[in-house]
Amino acid sequence: MIIGLDVGGTHTDVVLIGQDCILRQAKVPTNTSNLFDCVWAALDEVTRDVPPEEIERAVLSTTLTTNAIIEGKMEKTAMIVSPGPGIDAELLRTCTHYFIVSGSIDHRGREIQPINPVEIEGLSSKLKAEGIEHVGVVGKFSVRNPKHEIQIGEILGDSFTNVLYGHRLSGNLSFPRRIATTYLNAAVHPIYKGFFKAVKESLKKKGLNIPIYILKADGGTMSLEASLFCPGETILSGPAASVMGSLPFASLEEETLVLDIGGTTTDMAILIHRVPLLDPVGCELGGYKTLIRSLKTYSIGVGGDSTVRVLDGKLKIGPGRDGPAMAYGGPTPTPTDALFVLGKINNGDAQASQRGMEPIAAAMGMTLEEVANEVFDHACQMILNGAAKMIEDINSKPVYTVQELLEGYQVQPQEILVLGGPAPYFAFRLAALTDFQVHVVPQWQVANAVGAALAKNTSEVTLFADTERGIAIAPGEKFYRQIDKNFDRNDAVALAYELLKNKCIKEGAVESELEMEVLENVQFNMVRDFYTTGRNIRIKVQVKPGMVSEYKDIAASMFHVSPSQKMPEKMR
Amino acid sequence: MLSVKTKTGLVFFPAFDWAISATHPEREERLLYTQDQVFEEGLLDIDGIIEYKPDLATIQDVRRVHFCVPDEWSVLTESHLISAGGAKTIGMQVLEKNVERGFALVRPPGHHAMRVVHGARGFCNINIEAIMVEYLREAYKVDRVAIVDTDCHHGDGTQDIYWHDPDTLFISLHQDGRTLYPGTGFGYEMGGPSAAGTTINIPLPPQTSEEGFLYTLDNAILPIINDFKPDLIVNSAGQDNHYTDPITNMNFSAQGYAELTRRLKPHIAVLEGGYSIETALPYINVGIIMALAGMDFSKVREPDYRPQRIRQTADTAEQVKRVVADVMDCWEKGPRLRERNRAEKKSHKRERAVFYDTDNILETQMEEQRTCRDCSGVLSIDSETDRGHHVLAIHIPRKACNECRELGYQLYDGANLRSYHQIFLQDRTHDQYLVRRN
Ligand SMILES: [Zn+2]
Ligand SMILES: [Zn+2]
Ligand SMILES: [Zn+2]
Repeated sequence: MIIGLDVGGTHTDVVLIGQDCILRQAKVPTNTSNLFDCVWAALDEVTRDVPPEEIERAVLSTTLTTNAIIEGKMEKTAMIVSPGPGIDAELLRTCTHYFIVSGSIDHRGREIQPINPVEIEGLSSKLKAEGIEHVGVVGKFSVRNPKHEIQIGEILGDSFTNVLYGHRLSGNLSFPRRIATTYLNAAVHPIYKGFFKAVKESLKKKGLNIPIYILKADGGTMSLEASLFCPGETILSGPAASVMGSLPFASLEEETLVLDIGGTTTDMAILIHRVPLLDPVGCELGGYKTLIRSLKTYSIGVGGDSTVRVLDGKLKIGPGRDGPAMAYGGPTPTPTDALFVLGKINNGDAQASQRGMEPIAAAMGMTLEEVANEVFDHACQMILNGAAKMIEDINSKPVYTVQELLEGYQVQPQEILVLGGPAPYFAFRLAALTDFQVHVVPQWQVANAVGAALAKNTSEVTLFADTERGIAIAPGEKFYRQIDKNFDRNDAVALAYELLKNKCIKEGAVESELEMEVLENVQFNMVRDFYTTGRNIRIKVQVKPGMVSEYKDIAASMFHVSPSQKMPEKMR
Repeated sequence: MLSVKTKTGLVFFPAFDWAISATHPEREERLLYTQDQVFEEGLLDIDGIIEYKPDLATIQDVRRVHFCVPDEWSVLTESHLISAGGAKTIGMQVLEKNVERGFALVRPPGHHAMRVVHGARGFCNINIEAIMVEYLREAYKVDRVAIVDTDCHHGDGTQDIYWHDPDTLFISLHQDGRTLYPGTGFGYEMGGPSAAGTTINIPLPPQTSEEGFLYTLDNAILPIINDFKPDLIVNSAGQDNHYTDPITNMNFSAQGYAELTRRLKPHIAVLEGGYSIETALPYINVGIIMALAGMDFSKVREPDYRPQRIRQTADTAEQVKRVVADVMDCWEKGPRLRERNRAEKKSHKRERAVFYDTDNILETQMEEQRTCRDCSGVLSIDSETDRGHHVLAIHIPRKACNECRELGYQLYDGANLRSYHQIFLQDRTHDQYLVRRN
């Protein structure tokens, strides 16, 4: 059995999953001031009377770090950045304690200017005097040569609680994103560590000795221990959980658009033959562009609770929400109220919905029913336009080889999977408005928790080799090796696979389940003065997001239970 | 989030799978380190810098500019259409006002490709700037265009294409032709009879440094552009004037290129040459992008940049001054020359040999231009190569008068096909391209 738990903004969903069905599910309100309590309450709900040894693992998805970043509730953190020449590093400032120091590494990883130890020592005492405990160290091109970051770290020594290096967090190029990523990971570390400790201690107290995994933004899991090193990876795991929950129902042959229609927003993602599409660089949150591996998601400001009003004779839906639908006691009309007026939903105060829609109808010169249809269509159209924009955005991503440009691979989803509150009603309308095949994700109410439960471990390794310089490095893995002239891309891929395998197993993956693949495999001959002097090799390998295989049959059982049917309260 | 003053478009197409040959300067590796630097600096994340995927130029786009012999696919590949297409994409984004400026950071280059194309010369097959400019003229009715070629080599291809066009100001700044390929680009090369003075050549002495380039810009290029009043300024942004370039002898720098870009304010920059792929291109390209976008580029510099060490001598500075004075002389003479030539309706012939160094082809051309009071006149080119191709090419200019247009068709229809393998007609008044063949 597996537990899947998704801490959302308003409530926390939890499921207990057996080999082929959902055994239990529960929903508890999220207490943002004490996230751990609600995690515990939710776990308690589904594990009651279950022998602990039968639970293989629990996967948690939490909004803890996302909220901390959006609300700016982060720990005082110092950033030490070594930019060398280029863009003015002052423009990349993330915080008050942001220090630009000397030192420079070039694009091939060669040292151009050493760091100045005296400067770092001075900085170190200054930070200590100010009581700063968390430090991020980032150098330009540190993923090509982490020497300066490590030297700075060594000078800082043990006098800080946490010193985080930029090169350990991602192998991708982008100095500004490396700064932001390192800052966020360092600044949410204390708050995350509190959560981490609480989880560990409580499990121990309850005698529950189950492995805990944490869901990441890329829809994969990592062990609780690993998450302590890079808590930033847990941001946006909520949307990732829902996407993963839709996976069992997606076509294996086609491309799928996933729509998670919530209260204020609709989140979108693309699946290609049941594999979610990843963002090529990293996700963006709270104004920070990062190198954090994540699903490619797109969010638009329209959902079931979006405020409906008339502006200059035109219907306007969202962005923003004033409260729940009027049918549920809210202050302004919403698309959900339109569904009440149309008689599609009836578990609330339909008269309140009508009262809300009346002024809209009057302003638009329509009957109540006409305007309700119009509101509903308009919301659907906004969602479809958003989806079209996301697909266009994905398809217009530049490529850098003649072959790729001429092949011109384009994403063209043929089906839509809908989940979220008003999913069934929207699915029906979306099907009428488009040529897509539209399906509702069964048990969409807990798809997020199911997604967390079924997610596999994911990981990525970036390897850079330069045979002229005689080096192969995978900075994220603390790996450095001298290589000879004959080292080529095949050796590099084999080496990267080896590193990836070790990394995954360390993070708790099962070796037999590792589906590794190459993301990038390029090799350039380096020519100087008309002679070939070496090879410049760049490799990226990954374990892509997906479902744990022994639970893959669960989709079938979930299909056969209609959403209205009550789930078994007790175990079989 | 970081944002910039001037919205700037970028097409980056390094053609990582295309090379002239494995160890040729035009090889896969050329823009690898530029990519690393641009990505690491995070320039593409900046709000206001927008990356576009290049469109493919079409055969029709090529036919507006070139006579490809025997046909287009014999002298170009898809890579060339992507490179020209990248320039075209940037041009469209600028003309659509989606961005204020743009940079086509593309390869292969094009400024040595002339109007008639039998093969590759100076690493170029088709002229990517001319293909873009003629497309923009067709699609957006752009009229007056200034092309400033800051590549270290004389832009002889672009010069050839616009030799007879008084609405295109072509300025080439380059290392003196007595010391570098292609050996042309002297001050007296001022344009054909109907367009005398709208071709400007500025041959600079070897070892010219920042001071010399910026002196030339301020005292010749900018005043001339100011007089000409172009609707569009295009920069053929070759980067081989750099002090580390392996195939040239100049002392220009990343700071210099960025400052030149800041002062020139081109609407569109297009990469041309530049073969110091590790120590120059990454920094120059970052500098140019930042300068176009109106960012502070003062901290962009090469690892070994020492301005004092590469500073030009007083003697070089004197030579630059003299060249600039000559250039301004030519610029003043231009209008009178044009007037005089156009007043007398007559035929002007020029015979010349063109060598295709990359493909090792020798072409001899007899070019005939008929001046006209009302337009820039019909051009006919009789071209033969040492490989035995013999063609006749007729060009009717964009603003040809009816009489000249008719003359063009008479020349095309009346030519004896027994003397030629093919006869081409490029009618720019109706965007038409016709071929007669045996
Ligand atoms: Zn030039
Ligand atoms: Zn050149
Ligand atoms: Zn005429």
